[in-house]
Amino acid sequence: MGYSVALVGNPNCGKTTAFNALTGSKAYVGNWPGVTVEKKEGKLRGVKEDITLVDLPGIYSLSPYTPEEVVARNYIIKEQPDLIINIIDASNIERNLYLTHQLVELGRPTIIALNMMDIVEKRGEKINIKRLEELFGVKVVPISATKNQGLDELINLALEVGTKKVKIASKAIPFDMIIEQSINEVMILLDGKQIDEVYNKRWLAIKVLEQDKKVVEEFHLSKEESPIVEEAARLLENAYDDDVESIIINGRYEYITKHISSIVTNRPDHKITLSDKIDKVITNRILAIPIFFGIMWFVYFLSIQTVGDMTIGFMEGLFGTIGDQVGLWLEGMSVSPWIHGLVVDGIIGGVGAVLGFVPQLMILFLLIGILEDCGYMSRVAFIMDKIFRKFGLSGKSFIPMVIGTGCSVPGIMASRTIESERDRKMTIMLTPFIPCGAKLPVFALMVGAFFPEHVWVGPSMYVLGILMVILSGLILKNTLFKGEAAPYILELPEYHIPNFKGVMMQMWDRSKAFIIKAGTVIFVASGLIWFLQSFNFSLQMVDTNESMLASIGHVIAPIFAPLGFGTWQASVATVTGFLAKEAVVATFGILLGVGEVAETDPTLLTSIGQFFTPVSAYAFMAFTLLAAPCFAAIGAMKREFGNWKWTLIAIGYQTGLAWIVAFLIYQVGSLLFK
Amino acid sequence: MSNLKKVPCGQSAIVRKIDVQGSLKRRIMDMGITKGVEVTVKKVAPLGDPIEISVRGYSLSLRKVDAESILVDQI
Repeated sequence: MGYSVALVGNPNCGKTTAFNALTGSKAYVGNWPGVTVEKKEGKLRGVKEDITLVDLPGIYSLSPYTPEEVVARNYIIKEQPDLIINIIDASNIERNLYLTHQLVELGRPTIIALNMMDIVEKRGEKINIKRLEELFGVKVVPISATKNQGLDELINLALEVGTKKVKIASKAIPFDMIIEQSINEVMILLDGKQIDEVYNKRWLAIKVLEQDKKVVEEFHLSKEESPIVEEAARLLENAYDDDVESIIINGRYEYITKHISSIVTNRPDHKITLSDKIDKVITNRILAIPIFFGIMWFVYFLSIQTVGDMTIGFMEGLFGTIGDQVGLWLEGMSVSPWIHGLVVDGIIGGVGAVLGFVPQLMILFLLIGILEDCGYMSRVAFIMDKIFRKFGLSGKSFIPMVIGTGCSVPGIMASRTIESERDRKMTIMLTPFIPCGAKLPVFALMVGAFFPEHVWVGPSMYVLGILMVILSGLILKNTLFKGEAAPYILELPEYHIPNFKGVMMQMWDRSKAFIIKAGTVIFVASGLIWFLQSFNFSLQMVDTNESMLASIGHVIAPIFAPLGFGTWQASVATVTGFLAKEAVVATFGILLGVGEVAETDPTLLTSIGQFFTPVSAYAFMAFTLLAAPCFAAIGAMKREFGNWKWTLIAIGYQTGLAWIVAFLIYQVGSLLFK
Repeated sequence: MSNLKKVPCGQSAIVRKIDVQGSLKRRIMDMGITKGVEVTVKKVAPLGDPIEISVRGYSLSLRKVDAESILVDQI
């Protein structure tokens, strides 16, 4: 029989490090159903029994307000894990114990792993373990996850309690008398009701009293019962001049405050920590912003430019070789040319184009992981918040957008460091507006052909992209994402040296998710586009200009007519842009009969003149910049949104905006430059 | 009574009341800003907002608009 153990703790309490240390290296990463909150599972290492460790999201409280908190709470109540391990940052014990208080209230078997004991010892503090066990009615094991100390003891205890060899009676942590009285009244009321046995009665009574919205949704009190609860609540509210929810929170913290001096001794007060000293520079009034841009430039330079460029070349070469080899092998097998085309050009070419980003992505994830783990990301939010919230975004939205100048895919994926779901969704939607590396050849082609004298045209695309991010932020903030913005109340954790193993594992998890995407959605999409551009409707293999894609181009061309490029060739180029933006150039090459050439090819530059005027060329550039990104980026959006609904909304918004902007450019431009 | 926004850098205050409702109040209190607790204003962000405070032995940042609804007595 298998057992399950849930790992619960505050953000920054070292929970992930503890999870990695307790499970070894094999973890399954997925999403909790219905929400984009990451779910991680692994097997407890070094035991015969089959024990699954579930890493619940890092939370400060079990309130019913954020998806993370609801996920954690529901899991503990509904799934009934055999044991809860509450990881506590011993160096920040006072606030960490608040969550512990709530966990004990749930009445499930709980033990405390007191993490970061090495830091506490270094500070010269003493923690009275016995006292802590008495006060919260749980077993406590001191550990240091980074130093691998105390973990065996923790595993042993988890085994004993989890497999029910040792029983822990849940303790009712007392509030003061007036609160207790009200809780009692509600408990008496609940005695007469049919209650699902998963609930702890005292916990339920407190929640009913608090009018907790999730509990109220589930329990409809009858006409006779409601007044009793309301009366009990009213008495409390009068006595404390506050709402019940706040009275209970105060009660929990009061219990902790009252006893903290008997738990921790030798507590230094208001000492200037190392983090304070680092922050004197990092969040300094004058230096903070230059340092921030310096770090961003370094991340960009390392992952997108230098190392990234080298590896992309390598990957292109690699897939070229694979394509050639497979091609030769297929020829040897004398398969029909269409299979050859599908495999070599369609699948290997398509997937290869996407997988080419993997090394870049890995370096990027590594650097971001380091910045997150050491505590810098919270400072980024602190420094940039004021600017970004004007457009309805968060300070952390800056990072995805900087990365997006290289490639939208890692940019979109970097958005997961943003906690607020609303800010994250907006960031995912707007990051593709920043011109990525693959759009540059398209701009270069158009500039070379139509604006060789005007140096401002190329950079103007960056300005347009940024303007659209700001404009969209303002629009979306007041329409699609209307309502209360998530409050910005952010812990600035102590800086620490990143945990190498943890950062590497996280990088691998994130990269793996991308590779799997390339192997599925993009695999199918590449095959499909190849099929459309290689066959006609009678399923005969033909040139692109007689293919199904060309027919589709004819059909959709009228949509682009008001934008000034209503030819089927330009329409087809737009469609192949979904595959990869650089494919737009290649498509023009093929359709104009000059072959697959570079964007600077003179024949291509002159012959493209038949499709565009300078104004419509500029409209085309704007459309390419803003319309739905390539399949790889759409795949990344789908993964980060967690559903198709939001992915389609985003694509619709981007393409709609692209159409309107290109329309305005063409119509107004035609009037101005006749 | 003053509010947390008015407390100058480096100064401390005792929290008396959280003058907002709903999830924002809950979030503020969950982070340990409850009645009677001592908070110290440590820093203002380079662009003038948000601020960084120290409460219950750790650092927390919040916006001035939210700090305004935390009523305090300066010490």
